[in-house]
Amino acid sequence: MAHEETGSPPLLAVENLNIAFVHPGGETAITRDVSFTVNAGERVGVVGESGCGKTVTGLSLLGLLPKRTARVRGRILFQGEDLLTMSARELRRRRGRDISMIFQEPMSALDPVFTVGEQLAETLRAHYPVSRKEARERGIAALEEVGIPSPHLRIDDYPYQFSGGMRQRVMIAMALICRPKLVIADEPTTALDVTVQAQIIDLLCELSDTTGTALLFITHDLGVVAETCSRLLTMYAGEVVESAPVDTVLRRPAHPYSSGLLRSLPGLSERGGRLPSIPGRVPAPSEMPAGCRFQARCPHAADGCEQGQPLRELDRERLARCWRSAELTLPGAVT
Amino acid sequence: MNARLTPRPSTQAAGVRADRVRVHFPTRAGTVKAVDDVSFDIRPGETFGLIGESGSGKTTLGRALAGLQPLTDGRLFYDGREPSSLNRAERRRQRRDHQIIFQDPHAALNPRMTIAQSVMEPLDILGDGDRASRRRVADEALERVGLAPQIGRRYPHELSGGQKQRVNIARTLTLRPRFIVCDEVVAALDVSIRGAILNLFADLQDEFGITYAFITHDISVVSHVSDRVGVLYLGRLMEQGPAGAVCEQPLHPYTQALLSAEPLPLPSDRRDHQRRIRLQGEIPSPLNPPSGCPFRTRCPRAEARCAEQVPAWREVAPDHRVACHFAGPA
Ligand SMILES: Nc1ncnc2c1ncn2[C@@H]1O[C@H](COP(=O)(O)OP(=O)(O)OP(=O)(O)O)[C@@H](O)[C@H]1O
Ligand SMILES: Nc1ncnc2c1ncn2[C@@H]1O[C@H](COP(=O)(O)OP(=O)(O)OP(=O)(O)O)[C@@H](O)[C@H]1O
Ligand code: SF4
Ligand code: SF4
Ligand SMILES: [Mg+2]
Ligand SMILES: [Mg+2]
Repeated sequence: MAHEETGSPPLLAVENLNIAFVHPGGETAITRDVSFTVNAGERVGVVGESGCGKTVTGLSLLGLLPKRTARVRGRILFQGEDLLTMSARELRRRRGRDISMIFQEPMSALDPVFTVGEQLAETLRAHYPVSRKEARERGIAALEEVGIPSPHLRIDDYPYQFSGGMRQRVMIAMALICRPKLVIADEPTTALDVTVQAQIIDLLCELSDTTGTALLFITHDLGVVAETCSRLLTMYAGEVVESAPVDTVLRRPAHPYSSGLLRSLPGLSERGGRLPSIPGRVPAPSEMPAGCRFQARCPHAADGCEQGQPLRELDRERLARCWRSAELTLPGAVT
Repeated sequence: MNARLTPRPSTQAAGVRADRVRVHFPTRAGTVKAVDDVSFDIRPGETFGLIGESGSGKTTLGRALAGLQPLTDGRLFYDGREPSSLNRAERRRQRRDHQIIFQDPHAALNPRMTIAQSVMEPLDILGDGDRASRRRVADEALERVGLAPQIGRRYPHELSGGQKQRVNIARTLTLRPRFIVCDEVVAALDVSIRGAILNLFADLQDEFGITYAFITHDISVVSHVSDRVGVLYLGRLMEQGPAGAVCEQPLHPYTQALLSAEPLPLPSDRRDHQRRIRLQGEIPSPLNPPSGCPFRTRCPRAEARCAEQVPAWREVAPDHRVACHFAGPA
């Protein structure tokens, strides 16, 4: 894509990713032609309507969708190699070492019958020939990094012995222990209060600054995006509708859905008053309109919106899936 | 608005009072004082916000308010009466009137039930109306939280995090409660749907005087929806008062640190990087809380006295209380 830095190829290039689930009645398409890139060391935020396909997209990058029901088409190029055509063995070799994921539901990623130390060591030893003793030391250091107090004692505890927020931090430690090139973080701080969240955000940013780890940061928290990421992808109904630098979107979003989202932030309205929200709801997959998927809810819909909307380039840095982007002046989070 | 989804009109808003409530958990390593000597009142028809660090006791207190967690000590009054003074019929009625929407939407849904079955289940148990009318109420509740009725045919694992959370909300609304404890119910939702759900809560409150206890990590949300706010730290209340006062002129050092750490959705040149008060260290173990003021190990203003004396729960302005020896503007 032309808005990327030219020179070195991107670390990750997702091209026309189409994910569908099969069920007895047929097939339900979830994402349509999702394309984006992440450069080495870059921090990219992903926001969008609940249910629009963010988690499913993240899982597909690691080959973690249910094999029986998920159909994935397109290309996922990681350092130039297509993860979708790779053997299961090859993919396992990369998972954890080169790409790792912090999940939305921490308990789904931690094994209740092993101690936290055993799980950290296993992740490390699956990819690197380190001694048991060294793996333990590295595990303690990883827990310390994410702010777990007395890590040398806690390393022998089981997941249930940690509070919700601490479990989340253990998972972050696990995702980072191999120093991967790409971390996919799915709402990593939703279960954390703001003081711990600030600590974790600082840690993630510091790591990516010093070790060059790239981050794909899925979240509903636009404040977190503003403090962490340089670029923002906005998704709606299974499609990427906008890609632009974070500061640009916060001031001047290019897609009416992004604008509606930013205008819904509670900080912009009077205490106790009605909160703005985008009227209507996302169409069910079976009733998805031809043309722009946002048209039934868009205050700027006009003749022409019933046409299919490609992701258009507005300038070197911005893409939007709306033919009116160039003529509309849309409000963002700040005026 | 449809009357079927709403509280019974004859009922009044519920008031709740907590008097020196304690919930302690005995564990092998010692006693966890999850909630320790907490007193406050929630006025009929108001929204009482609860904020605090992870592990500070919010969920435990919420479960106690909903009648699901026995108290170690202290008393709870609903409309001025203790649950122990109610007769059987009144108690049954209260079980329906007081509901909690849980923090973890996944754990709250039965994986073997379809979404429609889950939403109808509470009504099925109560035997309200016939099956067709229960089905209608369920569909309508799903619609109100912004989900298409078709989603009723699916199973929990086929839903996104935010969809599951909304199913949970719908399930509670079918019961038409008078008092609802909302535990992190909007954390998994995008800001637009979050706005719509919070408006829905407000509508139900305006029309039928529902009382809410609203637990959340999100300060912008708690500040927006609450009439009054309580701030918990290690099982104790640090500050409590009108939402405007607590969120705009916090007097307790912990509240000040909490508010300063909220990430703001502003472009980089508009953010004040000096703003954040960095707390030293970690929340202490609830098995072994610090002497004196529980916040003293991380408080930027702590002095010798803070380790010796438990700060009194002082009313420093009308309805604005603080537990700090040196409370005052930052
Ligand atoms: N295993 C599955 N089988 C069938 N449908 C599924 C499955 N997993 C997810 N879906 C559907 O795919 C869509 C995208 O889900 P996904 O979890 O990616 O949403 P999301 O964008 O992460 O939402 P949220 O912000 O609520 O977490 C949703 O409509 C969901 O119901
Ligand atoms: N059943 C239990 N047995 C022992 N300890 C418990 C139990 N339930 C909760 N605790 C402990 O009580 C304290 C308060 O927990 P609680 O879940 O109420 O916190 P919270 O404020 O809701 O945290 P979060 O924001 O992470 O949800 C924690 O230290 C927790 O580990
Ligand atoms: S294409 Fe039309 S309906 Fe779609 S976002 Fe643009 S203006 Fe709105
Ligand atoms: S009593 Fe002392 S330690 Fe506690 S909050 Fe006040 S100044 Fe800080
Ligand atoms: Mg998700
Ligand atoms: Mg909780």
